[in-house]
Amino acid sequence: MSVTVWVPGDAGALALGAEATAQALLAQSRAAGKEVRLRRNGSRGLYWLEPLVEVETPAGRVAYGPVAARDVPDLLAKGLLEGAAHALRLGDIEKHPWLATQQRLTFARVGRIDPLDLAAYRASGGYAGLARALALGPEAAVKEVLDSGLRGRGGAAFPTGIKWQTVLKQAPGQKYVTCNADEGDSGTYSDRMLMEGDPFSLIEGMTIAGVAVGATKGYVYLRVEYPHAFRVLNAAIAKAREAGLLGADVLGSGQAFDMEVRLGAGAYICGEETSMLESLEGRRGEIRVRPPLPAEKGLFGAPTIVNNVITLATVPGILAGGAAAYQAYGQAKSRGTLPLQLAGNIRRGGLVERAFGLTVRELLEDYGGGSLSGRPIRAVQIGGPLGAYLPASQFDTPLEYEALAAIGALLGHGGVVAFDDTVDMLEMARYAMEFCAHESCGKCTPCRIGSVRGAEALAAIGRGEDRDRQLVLVEELCDTMLNASLCGLGGMTPFPVQSALKHFPEDFRAKARGG
Amino acid sequence: MNAVTTPSEDEARILAAVERHSHRDGPLIEVLHEVQAAFGCIPAGSVPVIARALNLSRAEVHGVVTFYHHFRSKAPGRHVLQICRAESCQAAGGKAIEAHAKKRLGIEFGQTSADGRVTLEAVYCLGLCACSPAAMLDGEVHGRVTRESLDSLIDAGAGVKP
Repeated sequence: MSVTVWVPGDAGALALGAEATAQALLAQSRAAGKEVRLRRNGSRGLYWLEPLVEVETPAGRVAYGPVAARDVPDLLAKGLLEGAAHALRLGDIEKHPWLATQQRLTFARVGRIDPLDLAAYRASGGYAGLARALALGPEAAVKEVLDSGLRGRGGAAFPTGIKWQTVLKQAPGQKYVTCNADEGDSGTYSDRMLMEGDPFSLIEGMTIAGVAVGATKGYVYLRVEYPHAFRVLNAAIAKAREAGLLGADVLGSGQAFDMEVRLGAGAYICGEETSMLESLEGRRGEIRVRPPLPAEKGLFGAPTIVNNVITLATVPGILAGGAAAYQAYGQAKSRGTLPLQLAGNIRRGGLVERAFGLTVRELLEDYGGGSLSGRPIRAVQIGGPLGAYLPASQFDTPLEYEALAAIGALLGHGGVVAFDDTVDMLEMARYAMEFCAHESCGKCTPCRIGSVRGAEALAAIGRGEDRDRQLVLVEELCDTMLNASLCGLGGMTPFPVQSALKHFPEDFRAKARGG
Repeated sequence: MNAVTTPSEDEARILAAVERHSHRDGPLIEVLHEVQAAFGCIPAGSVPVIARALNLSRAEVHGVVTFYHHFRSKAPGRHVLQICRAESCQAAGGKAIEAHAKKRLGIEFGQTSADGRVTLEAVYCLGLCACSPAAMLDGEVHGRVTRESLDSLIDAGAGVKP
């Protein structure tokens, strides 16, 4: 009788040694005359417990973690394969408070199944959403997405159903579904986890989008920094095609939809939707002036849906369970759930999917357990490099779109990066400008020149040179970038800079710095 | 270009890469990925070959090559070590790791160690932010990097026993 053991193949788990753990488990159990069936899953998202090993026992899956390769001999000796007691034993991981208190809709399968096991995907409700979308027909399927209240999870939070409606209304002809998987914001990794842990949900979501708006071709624009997701997605697409879930006759409906993955090449700006379309066409990722909107004239000039990974992967569940069920989660205009990502200097980093409304403090303390260094958390940056820095006095703000907008911050893609009290906010402001200069596509002057001058001025402040004049310059540059940039890169880089200036002025005051 | 092959062999490899992607719409970036996989960089001599084969101007191809940080103009060392510079890694001590790598290898970002073994590159987020600071060596990911673990990575990458 072989024992099934799950060890994540997720890149985050691999970065913490999961492969060595898996190989040690295989080799050492074999040496002990025990047969182990090694299976790979996505990560449950409790990264401080990775590599998280789960053993299938008659009483269910029993978790151990974090299991380093060096822990394996002791674990095996003490009966890991029988689910026996050990200091690293966690029991049923789904009963762990960190996971049990979450509301996992989009991430329902991640960590539970083998990402490439299509039968397991279907057995757990997969492709029920597509079947229902086909039965409903285009208008009703789009209306379902509209009624769910789903808003773009990439960061812009635009109502997904309205985008789809616009594409549906365009004259029949070539249309495209594109998935923005250029997850470049620091502190975010939910797209990566989803693609590595449940790729069929993204494939099904794109297929639903295709049949709903009359598009026959889909592209995933994936960042080159995600080689693991690239392999998993391609393998999953091949399996879906083989099973007739992609191709000329999707699910026997007579409708065609197929898709491919395109790799980016290390440009943050390509996460901006028009820049992404340029890149998909094989060009420099320079942004396009809107209008026309991509929904009217997008990829190769055709009507195009551009949605983020999480948005699209959430759609199958909405179609399967109905708009009302999804809409019941969340508050105000933020409906459904959001996979938040805890990052930076944090004790328990990982993925927290909950209905909108959790406060920053609840996330940092109840889930995050405070800073990793043990020092007070002085600032958090929410929403990536273009997101505002929040001081501790704002930690009671709920993590939802409007509440954050009200304090001049943004939720973005849901990444929350914690900094302890050793952070130098002047340096973080300077870095924001430096990053913008590094990533600017160069098309508009406020972004191209403003970011370079901004970084220079903030560096000068750091050296104590002409502080007051430089501060005026920084404010003026921020104002120009904010109001005159063509896209969000130049237009939002002022958010981290201005919020740092506003909430942490002491870090910008004249003092002997750097010496 | 690679010294062990002749210019015409190189050209054949480039044309084969173009051929493999010519059925696709907007194939240039896909072609460049393949060329870089074959040569370690986008050799200057490949630009006119790709341009002609895809019916683009040399300026268009050059423009794309130079726009994207991922495409290199020079072949890297035998190993490529990428260290994340983004905020999450900074919050977890990434700058010290970055400084240590530069000092240890005696180079800056974008350079190759004098023995030609390791090229050091900056990267802006590897999506491993729950285990910052992060690095990638030859496509293998590493989280919660410390000075010591970085040293053993460099030693392993350099083929030296720690």
